[in-house]
Amino acid sequence: MPSEDLAATHVLEFPGGYTRTTGPVIGRFLTELRDRRLVGVRTAGGRVLVPPLEYDPDTGEPVTDEYVEVGPAGTVESWAWVSSPRPGHPLDRPFAWALIRLDGADTALVHAVDAGDPKAVQPGMRVRPRWRAETSGHITDIACFQPEVTRIVAPVRAEYRVTPGKALTRFLEGVRDGVFLGGRCPRCVKVYVPYRISCPSCGTLIDEEVQVADTGTITTFAINNLPDPRAPQVPFVSAYILLDGADTPMIALVGDVPAQEVRQGMRVRAVWAPPEERTLSMDNVRWFAPTGEPDADPSELEGGA
Amino acid sequence: MRDVAVVAFAQTVHTGHDAGQNEAEMLRPVLDEVRRASGLGSFGFTCSGSCDYLAGAPFSFVSALDALGAWPPISESHVEMDGAFALYEAWVRLQHGDVDSALVYGFGKSSMTDVREVMTLQLDPYYLAPLGLDQVSFAALQASAARSRGSGADRAALDEIVRRSRADGRANPYALDLPDPSGEEDEVGPLRPYDVAPPTDGAAAVVLAAGDLARELAERPAWITGIAHRIEPHYLGMRDLSRSVSAADAARAAGVGKGPVDVAELHTQFSHEEPILREALGLPDGTVVNPSGGPLAANPIMVTGLIRVGEAARRILDGSANRAVAHATSGPCLQHNLVAVLEAVETR
Repeated sequence: MPSEDLAATHVLEFPGGYTRTTGPVIGRFLTELRDRRLVGVRTAGGRVLVPPLEYDPDTGEPVTDEYVEVGPAGTVESWAWVSSPRPGHPLDRPFAWALIRLDGADTALVHAVDAGDPKAVQPGMRVRPRWRAETSGHITDIACFQPEVTRIVAPVRAEYRVTPGKALTRFLEGVRDGVFLGGRCPRCVKVYVPYRISCPSCGTLIDEEVQVADTGTITTFAINNLPDPRAPQVPFVSAYILLDGADTPMIALVGDVPAQEVRQGMRVRAVWAPPEERTLSMDNVRWFAPTGEPDADPSELEGGA
Repeated sequence: MRDVAVVAFAQTVHTGHDAGQNEAEMLRPVLDEVRRASGLGSFGFTCSGSCDYLAGAPFSFVSALDALGAWPPISESHVEMDGAFALYEAWVRLQHGDVDSALVYGFGKSSMTDVREVMTLQLDPYYLAPLGLDQVSFAALQASAARSRGSGADRAALDEIVRRSRADGRANPYALDLPDPSGEEDEVGPLRPYDVAPPTDGAAAVVLAAGDLARELAERPAWITGIAHRIEPHYLGMRDLSRSVSAADAARAAGVGKGPVDVAELHTQFSHEEPILREALGLPDGTVVNPSGGPLAANPIMVTGLIRVGEAARRILDGSANRAVAHATSGPCLQHNLVAVLEAVETR
């Protein structure tokens, strides 16, 4: 066996490039391209070939001398996604090769589409050329095609100063002190948690404050897969919890249990922050955790969702 | 028309790397083998297929004549194409009636360069080559078009084609040993790396003989009962890439549909080309496609098409098939297609 190391580099190259005449048809296309116009040529049969050829590929007949301005917009007919561009490619970031039917043309042009993301490319997608700063009469005067504008991103931001109001302030004072406060409607005889100053059902003024337990039952719940600053981890569970002694459920996080084990009827207890860390805030309740008691019968729960 | 048959076929044990031989050294053993198999020491005509761009040197094919011995002078020709097209020229030459035998060979070393980039040089120099459109990229455009039309080129179908081809290749002592396809990354979407035929070095040779000489040289000559090639426009945007009109025309002209097809060897350099060609050639469901593993298991460029003819002929010669089809292609996205029908029985 000859030595595998015995090898030399050999380069085939035309230094400065290989000069080719264009002929009148391709020359016309490239001349128009230099002026940032796209033209096709009409065949005797009336079709518009883009890019122009000297002979009709269907019949072999010479094309006519009628040039038709096409595009600049076009429609992607077919495409292939390049996730790792090669040195010779027109773009140095991921792009699509595409067959593009320019408006007014009967054939498709092959070029690159700078679409950013393969999910952004669809058959029927509308694209337009992105011209090079300097044009010279070369197919690469079009740096690439780019999608037509179909959406914009508009910034939206406003700031507010919010206050809890009297009833919620009273409820938060209770939370600071490690208890949940509700209010009993004198007419409906229902206990609403959090505490409120009037009954949402009958409108009667509530003046009886009731302390309810920090244990309760999950009436319904949702598993959240998007991160939230208040959640212990993703996925996290938010649940309606009917506190013992209350007639309406309160929404809270459920923790210390895998999301898939949370269920309706599960018994839970509030996990409080240590007393020295407590403030006038719901942050005092980290989340609700299972008590380990037997489940309640969900059908007997009132105040479910 | 004279009846012409394949009477001998030989190929190298193809490699996925440079095995340390130059082209003539690679070729010499297969020439010896077909001489031995056919019993012929000289031929009425010799024709070869290769590509100078693989070695990057003009007239590089001439040095391959060293493997042949061209003294006293021989009648010789060359095509800058796959060896299957050299076989077509030899078949035409035999129709003249003044010579009865022809030697056809092809050789190619993919290991010397990046074939994917070299293939850009075959493209139209005004509109396509300056874009740097490489071989896998233009093939992916065709795969995408075929998939959009629902031409049987969906991911599961392509995976199965590659799996089958590689398994058959592992059973073929001349093809590469490639594992079952795996990985979900696209090369150029929708094509994955394993949808692309592997770079391969190799050579092959075929001996053609006419009429009585063929009957004398082989017990079961593989008669070429039909052979034709057709080409379509080069520019990709002028064609419907999801189908191969030229392959269909060539198949009709070669008479593929005139009888059952036991085996078809197709020049599929990309997995999605198989469903396109199956449709174009009108192959029935029962036809076994690329039992050798096909190009997806060994693709010695400029030889791959000739090997298709050889593999199809081999199955007639050894009695395992009665009617076989061979296909070879050239140009981007199946631009130019050759179809040959090989049969155990002469039709005339």
